[in-house]
Amino acid sequence: MHKPRLHPVASFDINFLQYLDERGQATQALPDSATPDLLQSLYRQMNLARLVDQRAVQLQRTGRLGTYPSSLGQEAIGVGVGSAMQADDVYCPYYRETGALLERGVEIEEILAIWGGDERGQDYQHAPEDLPLCVPIATQLLHAAGVAFALQYKQRQMGESARVAVTCAGDGATSKGDFYEALNLAGVWKLPVVFVINNNQWAISVSRGAQSASRTIAQKAIAAGIQGLQVDGNDVIAVRTAVADAIELARGGEGPALIEAVTYRLCDHTTADDASRYCPPEQLEQARTREPLLRLGTYLREQGFWDDGAESEMQREQAEVMERALQAYHARPAESPTAMFDHLYGTLPEAFLEQYEELQYLRARDRQESG
Amino acid sequence: MAEITLVEAVNQALAHELAADPRVILFGQDIGANGGVFRATDGLQKRFGDERVRDTPLAENMIAGIAVGMAVQGLRPVAEFQFMGFIYPGLDHILSHAARYRNRTRGRLSCPVVYRAPYGGGIHAPEHHSENTEAIFAHIPGLRVVVPSSPARAYGLLLAAIRDPDPVVFLEPKRIYRAVRQEVPDGGEALPLDRCFRLRDGSDVTLVAWGAALKETLEAAEALSAEGIEAEVIDPATLKPLDIHTIIDSLEKTGRCVVIHEAARFAGLGAEITAQINEYAFDLLKAPVQRVTGYDTVMPYYRLEDCYLPDGERILAAVRKTLDYPAGGDR
Ligand SMILES: Cc1ncc(C[n+]2csc(CCOP(=O)(O)OP(=O)(O)O)c2C)c(N)n1
Repeated sequence: MHKPRLHPVASFDINFLQYLDERGQATQALPDSATPDLLQSLYRQMNLARLVDQRAVQLQRTGRLGTYPSSLGQEAIGVGVGSAMQADDVYCPYYRETGALLERGVEIEEILAIWGGDERGQDYQHAPEDLPLCVPIATQLLHAAGVAFALQYKQRQMGESARVAVTCAGDGATSKGDFYEALNLAGVWKLPVVFVINNNQWAISVSRGAQSASRTIAQKAIAAGIQGLQVDGNDVIAVRTAVADAIELARGGEGPALIEAVTYRLCDHTTADDASRYCPPEQLEQARTREPLLRLGTYLREQGFWDDGAESEMQREQAEVMERALQAYHARPAESPTAMFDHLYGTLPEAFLEQYEELQYLRARDRQESG
Repeated sequence: MAEITLVEAVNQALAHELAADPRVILFGQDIGANGGVFRATDGLQKRFGDERVRDTPLAENMIAGIAVGMAVQGLRPVAEFQFMGFIYPGLDHILSHAARYRNRTRGRLSCPVVYRAPYGGGIHAPEHHSENTEAIFAHIPGLRVVVPSSPARAYGLLLAAIRDPDPVVFLEPKRIYRAVRQEVPDGGEALPLDRCFRLRDGSDVTLVAWGAALKETLEAAEALSAEGIEAEVIDPATLKPLDIHTIIDSLEKTGRCVVIHEAARFAGLGAEITAQINEYAFDLLKAPVQRVTGYDTVMPYYRLEDCYLPDGERILAAVRKTLDYPAGGDR
């Protein structure tokens, strides 16, 4: 058979970044930013995220919270991303983001409120420009591209300071057109946006391998002409460093990046899911040995930056913080039913007044009857 | 003052807002050097630069989605879809996000975006270029749906849409893009949203129509007038939220109503208008409300287009039916 001669016109590498291996040993010199103080604070934040998740799941089990998506085992991604951002950068999250929200200053009580069915939970006062949690898969990636355009535009046309949009999604999200469209546009328009993929190996029950035949998710950046990098998503130092570097490049006008953070979901998809139906137990057991808190904890102890005393002090403090948040959550007065109209439009159009008044009237009547 | 067409009025409004407000930015397919396939953005990129008037890659879902991100960051994005038949990939962002941002953040973030699309049939375009699916958008809580029917209303309503703090789907009836010319002062004066326009006074029957269908509707009203029947013609212009009061006020005089639209009949806006009339003004009715609409079929290729679109004859027949009700005279 005749074999035509081919010339390579392009070739690419996908790199992997890791600082701490599964046993908590440094695989290379840590970045200068990884001071003992910072590492301790990342450890604390990951632990807090885990605690919030755990209590949220308990609340759901006892009927005091709706469906909740835990991030057990993936805390290094949320905390790494959140801590890499500047306060005035804009976060465009999906729904599995407790660690990042805490880093952004969102109150625990607000996080519980969101999943407890109270829409005021997304009225974050501590991250006023961040987008609310996004439930439809992958759409937030395009919103982040739009936000990034706005930030770039306001910098160029209105003299505002350079800011960056950061957005997260799961591995399942990378199958959607939104993902490709966002990467493509970000590349063409050189937008200041960092895409972080939480590759936790599952999209509910569909495995990473069933989602895409691509060897890595990071390489999907190549088609869009942007930077792609894979990081150890259980290594908070690697996540934080990769995201921080990408943010600074984007801030400097160097364009977008895609970061794939490889981790494993150690929990059910949500409280409505039962992962034992599809998740091989040996795989799960293996994955438990690689989880991020254990890893950083081991490193900190071996370096002499952490000990049993510090651990029990942290647990005691965080239990108190959590207790206060739970009390605040339980004490929240219900929102007025008419609130569903209050934020529908800037000003309620006349056409809705009748429905609004009907709701007010029915509620007043209910109150009278029950009072 | 020069007389301009509806599409030129759209261009004039866009230019006015680009000049007046640095937050306004335009983007879509072929809107830059090409000025849009209908020339709605003609000359705007030259005048305002390619940062403010931008061609995008070809992806409607993306166009709808980035508009959301821009809007929540305080810009005033105006996104053009080349044809309404191609807006569907963007529905997810328009319905699931733009329409809901204010609500889901309890007022913290709003989404002041305008989604523009040429709509409707009658220009002998290929398949999927002639859709009339305004009811999809009108059904969605949190959206506004606006359809201009003259150059002056296109100018004034588009200004209002861009300045509105909430998302607006702005559908431009392309069949009448160049049908009439009118003097439209470029004074930056917006027309009110959520208000019907009364285009003609009459006391015998109320005709409600919007967009291109008003052409045949107004012609029918003239024909009726020659017979001594005076039709009141109402253009809702903002289809959602609907100003039903103006329509009912008109029914106080006429007691009879015909709703005319190009969209398919089933669950079209004629159904909503009829239902509201029944709820609020049943006692005013001397005859059932009639609908003259497109058929519940796929919009046909253009050789059958004229059979699909409501024409003067069908409008006149519906009017006669309401006037003759009950058939044969006395009730
Ligand atoms: C567009 C869309 N389709 C389906 C769903 C239902 N759903 C919720 S989460 C999920 C899996 C998402 O997996 P992945 O993107 O990997 O994120 P993960 O939950 O694993 O973090 C699905 C199918 C949805 N929310 N949105």
